[in-house]
Amino acid sequence: MRRYEENRMYRYLRRHKKFPNVWCPGCGIGIVMGALIRAIDRLGWEKDDIAMVSGIGCSGRMPVYMDFNTMHTTHGRALAFATGLKMVKPKMHVIAIMGDGDVLAIGGNHFIHAARRNIGITSIVINNSIYGMTGGQYSPTTPTGSLATTAPYGNIDQPFPICELAIAAGATFVARGTVYHAVELDRLIEKALLHEGFSVVEAVSYCHTTFGRINKLGTAVDMLRWQKENSVTREAAAKMTPEQLQGKIVRGIFHEREFPEYTAAYAKIVEQAMAAQRKA
Amino acid sequence: MAARLMQGNEACVEGALAAGCRFFAGYPITPSSEIAELLSRRLPQVGGYFIQMEDEIASIAAVIGASVGGVKAMTATSGPGFSLMQENIGYAAMAEIPCVIVNVQRTGPSTGLPTKPAQGDVMQARWGTHGDHPIIVLSPSSVMETFLLTVRAFNLSEKYRSPVILLMDEVVGHMRERVELPPPESLEITNRVAAHVPPEWYFPFEDPSTDVPPLAPFGEGYRYHITGLFHDRAGFPTERVDEIDAWIARAFGRIEQHRQDIISYEEDVPAGSRVLVVAYGATARSARHAVKLARAKRYKVGFLKLETIWPFPEEATERLARQCKRVIVPEMNLGQLALEVERVVGRQKVRRVNLANGEMITPQQILAAIEEK
Repeated sequence: MRRYEENRMYRYLRRHKKFPNVWCPGCGIGIVMGALIRAIDRLGWEKDDIAMVSGIGCSGRMPVYMDFNTMHTTHGRALAFATGLKMVKPKMHVIAIMGDGDVLAIGGNHFIHAARRNIGITSIVINNSIYGMTGGQYSPTTPTGSLATTAPYGNIDQPFPICELAIAAGATFVARGTVYHAVELDRLIEKALLHEGFSVVEAVSYCHTTFGRINKLGTAVDMLRWQKENSVTREAAAKMTPEQLQGKIVRGIFHEREFPEYTAAYAKIVEQAMAAQRKA
Repeated sequence: MAARLMQGNEACVEGALAAGCRFFAGYPITPSSEIAELLSRRLPQVGGYFIQMEDEIASIAAVIGASVGGVKAMTATSGPGFSLMQENIGYAAMAEIPCVIVNVQRTGPSTGLPTKPAQGDVMQARWGTHGDHPIIVLSPSSVMETFLLTVRAFNLSEKYRSPVILLMDEVVGHMRERVELPPPESLEITNRVAAHVPPEWYFPFEDPSTDVPPLAPFGEGYRYHITGLFHDRAGFPTERVDEIDAWIARAFGRIEQHRQDIISYEEDVPAGSRVLVVAYGATARSARHAVKLARAKRYKVGFLKLETIWPFPEEATERLARQCKRVIVPEMNLGQLALEVERVVGRQKVRRVNLANGEMITPQQILAAIEEK
């Protein structure tokens, strides 16, 4: 019991609730959850001030376990629900947890428009390159040539580069980490949480149960090892040739700029309109 | 308040503001766009929030998000957008989040006739989202009624923690009438019940004292979970049949047991009436005139104008139709609410008058049906 009380993880988990969790043993989503908790714990934020909004899929189940104000919404729509909440509760820390299929396919429109508005929501995109919960169908980030249960002859789509897409759409903080580099991931998430505006952290994960099995990539440990051996920091990548960078995951902060946050800009509109109204 | 010439969509805006609506999310679509345009100007003046979203799916999602934040919220759209909203309307029904969805109906299906009226979304308003769910739908027939029913839509939504659909149509939305809005202090305004227990005792989906548990806004100390999955009393996903049955019983019960409060209509059925005309929305205007013309010709005709269409006012329909030989149901569709009237009074009694080509049903068309033997 002492250990339970002392472990900071438990301060943020709904201890009497639905454990064990729904994720497969060895899943990377738990590592992202741990990284997020460490980041929040370092910031010392009150749990009452945090809202966590998710969509549908394996990632969508994270809010159930977290002792915040949590909302598990419809497929792809987490950012749209979060936008309404953030508008009326601008002081709340609103975090959207989404998967690659969730936020880039069915929710792609909401992703680019939330980025365009630069609304103060922290988006954590857990990228496992597949639809895991439905059984391994190809997603918008499945690499070309990979197998999936709906791509038995190999995937002919090209994958979305999440970070580049977010930057082009107007996000003002964009970073990528992997679940293997868990400590680095929580530092990236911490920076994203502190950022004023729309921030995106692509957390590269894996799905050994579907993607790993069908593509013969081994166990969860093998897939973690692959991340270790095939990812480089942004600084290291700068010194590499395009050939050397082929197939590598680049980690780090890719974009950080200042631009008026949406709810702050809207507050000015309200101020203006109310002042004009008083005059009249 | 001084009398003024007002458009139906404008009356909807006035009603929403009077009811305490402080959040609007929407996407431009004819014939509802005036509602968004006016609210984009008016909401900031009262410290409210307006946002134009990327589509109608996002609009209703943002509305639900804002309502979870404790603010009365609505969206406005027309047929194509209403179709897109269906999944999240189901979410609001499942998670019991108050919100108002205005659908200024135009002729469908598909893009149909964007600037012409219809009443083709009666069944979609009831059954548009998948799965069995409770819902409340109101339909105004005049500018003044649009104001009053918009206020009522918010009141019912807050009182019963349910999405409420205001089913307008292009005629009612775009026509202008002289109205004198009631002074704000004369309006009865319902706000959602605040959580009254300490957070550790709070269950967002169960309260022993009421079938409508209080909904605590996010960020005020009540940390709980909301999901579109079937859930237990605390909001956590469940597959337990007893917990699922409990939700179904309570969710439907809270509407069914309060039918008297939710259902409103206007009846003008003199004793000895042989024919009953049942109408709603813009068609009720033609129906009212047809009844007047028929009475001038000494026909014994009664008129039932429905304001609440879901839950269907079956008690009133049955009671008033009992003395009548025939029941006439004019609608700008191919027979949707007529199905309910037929269910209640029997098919043999019902004479449908339908038009779904973008034209309004005229009083003469309804009069002709009254005069039929």
